[in-house]
Amino acid sequence: MKFARLVLANLGRSKRRTILTALSVTVAFFLFASLRSILTTLDANAEVGSEARLIASSATGITFPLPQAHINRIQAVEGVKSVSWSNWFGGVYIDQRNFFAQFAIDSDSYLAMYPELLIPEDQRRAYLGERTAALVGAGLMERFGWRLGQTVTLQGTIFPGDWEFTIRGVYTPENPSFGDESFYFHYDYLFERTNRQVTPGWFTIQLDAPDQAAAIGSRLDALFENSSAPTKTETERSFQAGFVTMWGNVSLLVRAIGTAVFFAILFVAANTMMMAARERVGEVAVLKTLGFQNGTLFGIVMTEAIIICVVGGVIGIGLAVMSMSSFRAIQSFLPGFSVTPGTVWLGIGIAVVLGAITGIVPALQASRLSVVEALRRV
Amino acid sequence: MKIPIIYNLRSLRQRPVSTLTTALGMALVVAVFVSMMALSNGFQSALTSTGSDENVFLLRKGAGAELNSGIARDAANVVAGMPFIAKGTDGRPLVSAETFVVIPLQRVGGGGMANVVVRGVSLAAFDVRRGLEILEGRKFRPGSREIVVGRTFARRFPNSEIGGRINFGGQDWTVVGHFAAAGSSFESEIWGEAEQFMPVFRGQVFSAITFRMSDPANFAGIKETLEADPRLYVDAYQEKEFYDNQGTLLNQILNFLAVFIAGIMAIGAVFGAVNTMYAAVASRVHEIGVLLSLGFKPRNVMSSFLFEALLIALLGGAVGCLLVLPVDGLVTSTTNWNSFSELAFSFSITPRLILYGMVFAATMGLIGGYLPARRAAKARVADALRR
Amino acid sequence: MPFVEIKDLAMAYYRDSQKIAVLEGVDLEVEEGQFVALMGPSGSGKTTLLNILAGLDKAESGSVIVDGQNVGAMSHKQLAAWRSRHIGFVFQFYNLLPVLTAFQNIELPLLLTHLSKQERRDHVRTVLDIVGLADRADHYPGQLSGGQQQRVGIARAIVSDPSIILGDEPTGDLDAASADEILTLLQRLNQEYHKTIIMVTHDAKAAERADVIVHLDKGVLTA
Repeated sequence: MKFARLVLANLGRSKRRTILTALSVTVAFFLFASLRSILTTLDANAEVGSEARLIASSATGITFPLPQAHINRIQAVEGVKSVSWSNWFGGVYIDQRNFFAQFAIDSDSYLAMYPELLIPEDQRRAYLGERTAALVGAGLMERFGWRLGQTVTLQGTIFPGDWEFTIRGVYTPENPSFGDESFYFHYDYLFERTNRQVTPGWFTIQLDAPDQAAAIGSRLDALFENSSAPTKTETERSFQAGFVTMWGNVSLLVRAIGTAVFFAILFVAANTMMMAARERVGEVAVLKTLGFQNGTLFGIVMTEAIIICVVGGVIGIGLAVMSMSSFRAIQSFLPGFSVTPGTVWLGIGIAVVLGAITGIVPALQASRLSVVEALRRV
Repeated sequence: MKIPIIYNLRSLRQRPVSTLTTALGMALVVAVFVSMMALSNGFQSALTSTGSDENVFLLRKGAGAELNSGIARDAANVVAGMPFIAKGTDGRPLVSAETFVVIPLQRVGGGGMANVVVRGVSLAAFDVRRGLEILEGRKFRPGSREIVVGRTFARRFPNSEIGGRINFGGQDWTVVGHFAAAGSSFESEIWGEAEQFMPVFRGQVFSAITFRMSDPANFAGIKETLEADPRLYVDAYQEKEFYDNQGTLLNQILNFLAVFIAGIMAIGAVFGAVNTMYAAVASRVHEIGVLLSLGFKPRNVMSSFLFEALLIALLGGAVGCLLVLPVDGLVTSTTNWNSFSELAFSFSITPRLILYGMVFAATMGLIGGYLPARRAAKARVADALRR
Repeated sequence: MPFVEIKDLAMAYYRDSQKIAVLEGVDLEVEEGQFVALMGPSGSGKTTLLNILAGLDKAESGSVIVDGQNVGAMSHKQLAAWRSRHIGFVFQFYNLLPVLTAFQNIELPLLLTHLSKQERRDHVRTVLDIVGLADRADHYPGQLSGGQQQRVGIARAIVSDPSIILGDEPTGDLDAASADEILTLLQRLNQEYHKTIIMVTHDAKAAERADVIVHLDKGVLTA
């Protein structure tokens, strides 16, 4: 560590250059952390679904409804603890751009199945006790500035007309990846207002034990295979994961961009390190004359490069952590968006590698420098 | 008096590593910028080319998307009888009442499930939509379980060769043709006869009606007439506008990401250029002194150094554009959330995008070169010539 | 046995397969505690001889023995370690690191030893006193005059208490007054601290301060 001062002094030689280089590394790692967090958040969202719950939807397609009559038959299957049913509502709040998910749920069975939804007890009772009540995520409340007890009107797209709901409950999710921008209301309200024409969009099935998921799933599908409405049953986790993959090949895109960022900054930083080294040929020769070993000089140059990259990287990742958590709008697209510790450590690791690569050429030059040649040039 | 360009070129060649690394840094920024714009461009053009401005597109009032909509057979007949509908060569009105469902299908090569649009049409649909052509095989025969598939679909899903059988809705369907639709989202769809699909998907209503206007200039009047008709209960859209709007949000996100990501990367690359140019100026203080003593003005020196930065940037821009050219035409997909179905589209690099890329590079070069060039212009002959 | 013993030393450079002899059959013996001035016109091989003595360059043939050690037989790694203990080098252009203070420049060779921070500080203070720059310890080279910079250079050369000081035109870049100061300092180091000094110079006045003057002309030593 006694060479630390030499390293620091070299970094301070051209402050502008050191700072600019560190800053370019900073922006690169800001991007790295932000982009990777998109992936980790998508992954986390794909895993938010439970393995102990099954979703049965129509084998014809997710948009096709299933008959009410399936409920009792599912309930009768061994290993099934309870069944709930829901429908996608697809209403519009004022403008189509204000998109958020709305579900008509069979509230008693649904809430019993979802301890993930944290609702104050009085609100839960108020919601369950009123036909046109709505249960709204805290994030959605914040997004539209809604208050508890407020009446909001949604314009039906699948179910025509104006639908009024009174917000009686606000939930917060147990896990941020679950999302807090959904809007739930009673299936019965939908059922009655559509003259009992509507049937469930999908069933949610709570199992006695998760290890039976595959077996019960195929048993259910076999049960309805020759009925008028065959089903496709999968665990809630794989059902959710299916939606995540619908965005397309985000991971490839992000990886491609990440690679480009890495190399762009590699070029910038490597160039700086080489420029810095070129200016110091004479000094390295002097140090060798004083008896500095080649390995020591290699280490000193390498350390400089790694310090620039790690300092830049840490600041960049830090900025990403700070700005991403305060960026509300992104939570609508990617609930639970955050920079994971894994990303932070991976980023620091990459910064070290980046520093090592940018430092290797100048470090080798320094250690292989011929003193006699260099001193002649001085 | 201008400092000759050859001076800059020689100077750049004097320090090839520094020039190349700086240029390559910028090249990658331009590559990311152009490829993301190409993505957004391709996505938008897939949707834009879907709609025609001669066509009117009807959905149930308030439905907003084909998936939510339902129009009864009676209403479809009413529309078909309207006077402002263009007639085809056979004298029949160019109107297509269509069913629209989304089904899950396994992608080619274990790529998982994708939601695919199955559109039930009549043969008139091939005339109502311009730019539609059968590439291979033929159209489906009415009254049979035959389908035609878009060419993008054919590449991405198994059994879609002519004569292949695809199972959905509990039935086997025979592929009899592949069609192109000017790169539009129709190319990701399966088309068959509406009358065949209705019983299979247990819906006796159409989802949407599209017709060609005899006088496209009169769209406003037509819209008013249709929306006011009590027998119909529909919203009327100009088809082109409708499809354009479907992509707006995703397109905005993609454009924003292109500018955001490339912009941030550009900051890094500009810092690199600043370092390079400062070093160039520092190592040539002596030369600058000579130039000034020969009578060149400081602003000549400044523009010369700015030009040198620009040269590096343009080199980077050109390399960046070359780097991304291979992605042109690459097909990728995302979900059109309005129809809940997979939309395949290709990266589309246009000359305009290349121009944007070069302008982007030039901007980085000028910003990065400005301060060092000003430093160069401020050099004094005496200082510069001292040693 | 002499402290430095050079025998039949030859050195040549090759340019375009043409041999350019720099040193030819050089024999030189220096006793411990001697102050030797090595004179000669530029291109005569003075600096090359000095570099070979310091183990920075390898001779083509002949041997260099310093304090009983065969310099030519040592590896690069051994040479570096040996230099740090036995050789103090003083350059014409001082060659201080501009980013370090006088104190830090002088401390550099001590970083290669196992001395503690406190011991290093004591050593640096001592040599700063010897060269008379105790009050300039925290100045950067840019803030010092040429003579002062060279005194820092000498302090750096002696801080690790080497037995030999090699000077390559240590006064070549200085005005007469500063040069005189430096020579006086070198003499003092020679007399009070018994350092063996071999100084390359082409200034006859500087050479007069040495005990022995050797002339080098076209690679051949002419005493």
